[in-house]
Amino acid sequence: MVAAIILGTVAAVALRAEGGRGLGPADWAAIRFSVLQAVLSATLSVALAIPVARALARRSFPGRAVLVTLLGAPFILPVIVAVFGLLAVFGRSGWISDALGLFGLPPLQIYGLHGVVLAHVFFNLPLATRLILQGWRDIPAERFRLAAALGFAPRDTARWLERPMLARVVPGIWAVIFAICLSSFAVALTLGGGPRATTVELAIFQAFSFDFDLGRAALLAVIQIALAGGAALVALWLSPFDGTGGGLDRPVRRWDSGSAGLRLLDAGLIAAAAVFLVLPLAAIVADGVPGLMRLPPQVWQAAAVSVAIAAVSTLLLLALALPMAWAAATGARALPEAAAMLGIAVSPLVIGTGAFILVNPVADPFALALPVTALVNALMALPFALRILIPGARDIAEGQGRLALSLGMGGPAFLRLVLLPRLRARLGFAAGLTAALSMGDLGVIALFADPDTATLPLQMYRLMGSYRTEAAAGAALLLLALALAAFWACDRMGQRHAEA
Amino acid sequence: MLKLESALIDNGGFRVAADLSVPAGARIAVMGPSGAGKSTLLGGIAGFHDLIAGRILWQDRDIGILPPGQRPCATLFQDGNLFPHLTVEQNVGLGIDPRLRLDTGAQARVALAIEHVGLRGLGGRRPAQLSGGQQSRAALARVLVQGRPLLLLDEPFSALGPALKEEMLDLVAQIAGDTGATLLMVTHDPADAARIADAVIVVAEGRADPPAPTAAVLADPPESLAAYLGRG
Repeated sequence: MVAAIILGTVAAVALRAEGGRGLGPADWAAIRFSVLQAVLSATLSVALAIPVARALARRSFPGRAVLVTLLGAPFILPVIVAVFGLLAVFGRSGWISDALGLFGLPPLQIYGLHGVVLAHVFFNLPLATRLILQGWRDIPAERFRLAAALGFAPRDTARWLERPMLARVVPGIWAVIFAICLSSFAVALTLGGGPRATTVELAIFQAFSFDFDLGRAALLAVIQIALAGGAALVALWLSPFDGTGGGLDRPVRRWDSGSAGLRLLDAGLIAAAAVFLVLPLAAIVADGVPGLMRLPPQVWQAAAVSVAIAAVSTLLLLALALPMAWAAATGARALPEAAAMLGIAVSPLVIGTGAFILVNPVADPFALALPVTALVNALMALPFALRILIPGARDIAEGQGRLALSLGMGGPAFLRLVLLPRLRARLGFAAGLTAALSMGDLGVIALFADPDTATLPLQMYRLMGSYRTEAAAGAALLLLALALAAFWACDRMGQRHAEA
Repeated sequence: MLKLESALIDNGGFRVAADLSVPAGARIAVMGPSGAGKSTLLGGIAGFHDLIAGRILWQDRDIGILPPGQRPCATLFQDGNLFPHLTVEQNVGLGIDPRLRLDTGAQARVALAIEHVGLRGLGGRRPAQLSGGQQSRAALARVLVQGRPLLLLDEPFSALGPALKEEMLDLVAQIAGDTGATLLMVTHDPADAARIADAVIVVAEGRADPPAPTAAVLADPPESLAAYLGRG
C-alpha cells in the first residue's frame, strides 16, 4: 500500500510532466544549485565530523554521555526553529554581527549559498559525528590493546586502525548526507531563494504556488526523483545506513593519546562543536521567552492543528510500520531497503505535487491539506521507523517465534502477548521520532495550505516573512517545546513497563 | 629478575595484590580459580591495568610507570593478537616497527621468524585465511621478532584442541629457551603447568602468592587451588 501511494503519486507526476518545453535556464540553475550545496554540505559536515568523532572516541569526561545524546537532538529539531536560531546567532542582526559591529566590522550575510550550507552543516554535522563515532566504536577494544602492546603512537593508530575504518564508513555517510541535503526544502525556503539559491525542491514549490504551473511543477518533480533517487542508490550501495547508533557512550580505553597537546586539541574540538550546536538553541530560548507571553491567537490555533497532525501521523505510521517490520523480519529482507530508498528518493513535495494532481479532479485539494500532510509525514518517517523496528522484530521472530508456534498461538494473540510488549520500547522511540518530525515539518503543508489553515511551522514562517520577529521567536520556542514534548511523551510510554 | 613490590593492580574496581619476585629466565604458570585475578595480574605487569600502589621492577628498573608499548613485555591474549586486515608478514613486522619501515635486515628477521614457527610460504595471507593453530603461530612469530625479555601468555591457546595446544606450548618453551625470555603463562590445566613450567604462582581471592615449584604445588595444592582442581 505504501508503494501504491508513493508510486501512484510518482506516476501522476510523470504523466503530468510537460517535457515538451524542456528545461529553462532557471531549472538548470536550480539543478546546479541543488547539487552544489549538497556537495558542499556533505563534504563540510563529514570533514568537520571526523576530528570531533575522533576526539569523542578517545576521551572520557563528565558530560560526555549528555553531549553524545545531544548530537541526536537535531534530528527531531524542527528545521524552521533551527533556522530561526541560526539567524539569531549568525544573521544580519544576530549575536555575531552585533559583536563585529563593536569593532566597526560589517555584519554577516547569511542568505544565499553559505547560509544554506551553514544550516545543513548544523543539522548534519551531529549526524555525521554520531555515525563516524559508531565506526570508531566498532573497532574492537582488543585492537587498541594490541596497538598499545606494540607501542603505537597516535599516527600509527591512525594508519593501521582509524584510516581503514574511515575509508569504509565515510563514503556511505557522505552519500546519505548528500541525498538528504539534495532534497532540502525548508532550509532553502528560508535561507535561500532568489534565482541563484533555489533548490529543485524549492522550485517545485514556486512553480506551484507562485505561477500555479502544474506542468512545470510536475516536470521539476521528475527531475527531483531522478536526482535524489540516484543519490539514494549510491548511498545504499556504499553502505547500509543505520542512524540509530545505540550505546555510544562507552569510551574505549586508549593508551596512545595521552600527550598534553592532543588533550588540548581534543578538548578544543569538542568544545567548539558543542558551542556550535548549543548557541542557536540558546538563542531560541533567550529570544522566545518574551514573545511567548504575547502570542497572537493564530499561533495557538496553528499549534492545535500541528498537535492533531502529529497524532494522526504517528498512528498512521504505527499502522504501516508494524506489519512491514514483521514482514521484513520473517521473510522479505529486501523490503525495508526498498522502503528506505523510496523514502529518501521521493521527497515530500514530489508526493504532495502528485497527490494534488490526483485529488484535483475529484475534490478541492485545499480542503484535504491536513489529511495529506499527516499521511506524507507518516511516509517520510517510515524509513527511520523501519530501521528502528526491524532489528527488534527480527530478534522476536528468531527468539520466540518457534515457542509461540509450538504453543499454537494465533496471530492476534501473538501480536498482543508477544510482539507488542516486546517491541514496546522500540515502538515508543519510533513513534516519538515520527511525532517530533511531523510536528516540525514544513514541506507539503506549504503547497496545500490556504491563508486560513496553517500548522505551527507554517504559521511561524509567515510571521518571519512579515517581520513579526517577536511573535516568531515565541512561536519557535513553542514549536521546539512541542516537538521535544511529543518525542519525550512517546518515548516515555514505550520505556514504561518495557520488557528487556 | 621481575619484582612486584607490594603491588596493587586495579582492573575497573577489582584489585589484585602481589608481593613476589620471579628470577630471570624462569617459566612460571599462573593458576587459580576463575575470576581470582590471573588476567588482571598479567595485565598489570604489561601495563593494561593501573598500578595503584607499590612498584613493578624489571632488572631493578621501575617499569610500572611506563606505557604498555615501552615495557619489556610481549603479551599474547586469549584473542585479538593479530590485526585481521593485515597480512601475516605485516602483523609480524609491526613487532619490529609500528610504522612498518623495515630495512632488508628487518625483513629477513620477519621471514626467519615466520619460517621458525612453521608458516613458510604463508606470509602473504591474512589471519582469516589461516587455521586457529596457524594464527597462534603467526602471533608467536611476532613475539619472536619483538625480542622482549618478558613473555606474558593469557591463555592464547585455550581455543585449540589438546594436541595442538601441546604443540604450541612446546614451541613457546623452545622460543623462551632460545631467547632466554622469562615466561608467565595463565593456565587452567595442571598438565600445561607440568609440561613447561618450573614454578607456579597461585592467584586466589585477589592475591597472588610468590612462585613455588610446580611439582610441589601440584602434589600438595593450597586449599584454594585444590578446590578449583577438584581435589578438595
